[in-house]
Amino acid sequence: MIQINELSKKYKGADDFSVRDLNLTIENGEIFGLLGPNGAGKTTLISMLSSLLKPTSGHFTIDGLNYKDNKNQLKQLIGIVPQEYALYPSLTAYENLMYFGSMYGLKGQSLKDDVNTHLEAMGLAKFAHKKIDAFSGGMKRRINLISSILHNPKVLFLDEPTVGVDVQSKNVIMAHLKELNTAGTTIIYTSHHLNEAEKFCTRVGIIDHGTLICLGKPQELIAQEENAENLEGVFLAKTGKALRDHA
Amino acid sequence: MHKLWASTYKEFLLVTRDLGGLAVLFLMPLLLVIVITTIQDNSFKSIKETKLPILLVDMDKGKVSEDILKSLADSKLFQVDMAASDEEAKQQVLKGDYQLAIVIPENLSSDLQIKINENVDGILSKFSDNEESIPEVKSKMMPKEVKLYFDPATQQSFKSSVRSNIDKMISKIETETIYTAFQEQLTDDPSEDIFETEKFITFTEIVPSKYKEALIPNSTQHNIPAWTLFAIFFIILPLAINMVKEKNQGTFVRLRTNPVSYATVLGGKTIVFLVVSLVQFALMLAVGIFLFPLIGLPKLDVTGRLPLLFVVAFFAGLAAVGLGLLLGTIAKTQEQSAPFGATFVVILAAIGGVWVPVFAMPKFMQVLSNLSPMNWGLSAFYDVFLRNATFVEIIPEISLLLIFFVVTTLIAIIYNERKNAV
Repeated sequence: MIQINELSKKYKGADDFSVRDLNLTIENGEIFGLLGPNGAGKTTLISMLSSLLKPTSGHFTIDGLNYKDNKNQLKQLIGIVPQEYALYPSLTAYENLMYFGSMYGLKGQSLKDDVNTHLEAMGLAKFAHKKIDAFSGGMKRRINLISSILHNPKVLFLDEPTVGVDVQSKNVIMAHLKELNTAGTTIIYTSHHLNEAEKFCTRVGIIDHGTLICLGKPQELIAQEENAENLEGVFLAKTGKALRDHA
Repeated sequence: MHKLWASTYKEFLLVTRDLGGLAVLFLMPLLLVIVITTIQDNSFKSIKETKLPILLVDMDKGKVSEDILKSLADSKLFQVDMAASDEEAKQQVLKGDYQLAIVIPENLSSDLQIKINENVDGILSKFSDNEESIPEVKSKMMPKEVKLYFDPATQQSFKSSVRSNIDKMISKIETETIYTAFQEQLTDDPSEDIFETEKFITFTEIVPSKYKEALIPNSTQHNIPAWTLFAIFFIILPLAINMVKEKNQGTFVRLRTNPVSYATVLGGKTIVFLVVSLVQFALMLAVGIFLFPLIGLPKLDVTGRLPLLFVVAFFAGLAAVGLGLLLGTIAKTQEQSAPFGATFVVILAAIGGVWVPVFAMPKFMQVLSNLSPMNWGLSAFYDVFLRNATFVEIIPEISLLLIFFVVTTLIAIIYNERKNAV
């Protein structure tokens, strides 16, 4: 279970909080969609939960652990799929996966078997020994995902895992995530694809200006919102239609 | 340990996959040491063997100018071309056709002869009882000026060297003229040897050594250690770029979320780049030993010194890697790391004594040079190469290099921990 209490983050020099006094509980086994316009605070929240950012105030625990006291234990428990391709372009897919698997303490034949199994499941087995440089965006996204789940994390954070990929790759990625969830992994993911989130998530939270403004099961939220036919309708009703450009 | 091994293997793959980077790592330092040694060896030879074309304006047309011309020819340093006038010589030097023109003034021979004769007469009269022999009137001659026109692009060290050589020639001519004047005054027989004019004082160059077979330092023996060290420190560039790339690729972010310490990540880099610096060093030695003799350069003599040389290279490599890790940790972009790294290595080399010996630096720079790891490395290399030092004797220098590695790496780790604390 992820327990977030009064969590806030204000970047140095910023006028406002990116995340403000956020309270949230995510139960084990959930697929939780963190939705919101650009700059709403989604990535900041995920970055804090995945040890990349230090909160300004508040605290959170994942499975009862926090980074201050159980840093390595907690890192072993979670997986993070960053928005960018966090891979070495001059290494092959296999070499990348072996390396990142090793960083979780995995080794030997079992690591090799896990790598091959995931490559097979993601339709990348025949490209295992090709350099990442030569991969398409969709292929890189899939390797990016495998790199984060080789150690069977209990909680998986995904920051826009399907951005910029074709429908085929997206289907494979989503199917794989479903399988992981079925096997017991709690998934927290951010996305701008609201249709995808509507189908995929067991629960969503809409965040805007660093504050959680809406929380619930997709179908419940749609039913509660007048004139909303889908999650996008709910989203627009809650966050407005104004552009969110900022620099 | 397994994570360190995996990190090392990954770094090995990254380094070996980048062929351009490998070429820069291994070939450029070799090219550097070959070019520098060739230039330095030839500039040394050029003073001894090759002739520099110079212009001579002989307005004297006397014995002194004849002697100067002969001395210039005998010195084998210069190829002497004649110019008609002071102005012509000046213009030719200004155009850059000649690096040097010598203008011998009118009546130099006759005036010098008169001056010396008067002096000799004056001296001899002091030993004579005859008051009448003291010349009553001395001619009032202005001191003669031999003009030297130098090309504005000529380096100061070259100017000093040429000026000193010409000064030596003229002094010799003056001395000979004085001897001749005395000879003429003291004897009527010009063939009689009154004065021994052969050089009485000679110089012998001795390189002190603890052993009978002392190594005579040559340009290779000086250049290989200095430029090898320079090349070893240049490893900070690819290392820092490697780290900045990880930040830009996002792999560094992923590593921060992995249960692996920053020290382990740096450990993998340290091992691989240290091996790279040792391979670099081995190639440099191989070039000095095998290639230099083939291209007419002095051979590098490493007899009996090889293990200690590798010990110094190991610690110098460690110091360089430490600096690279620190730079790579702090720099955010390649635009920050590359120019800073390159300039910083050149500064370290300069204050470390790679170009100008430390003793020839201003006092303040001499103090500063003690802070340059290149100075420690260079001292250790010279101790082994040229002073036949033992392991115990180089312990102070290699300890400083080790401390430098430890301190820079610790700063890198602490900086990273503070910056990314959660």
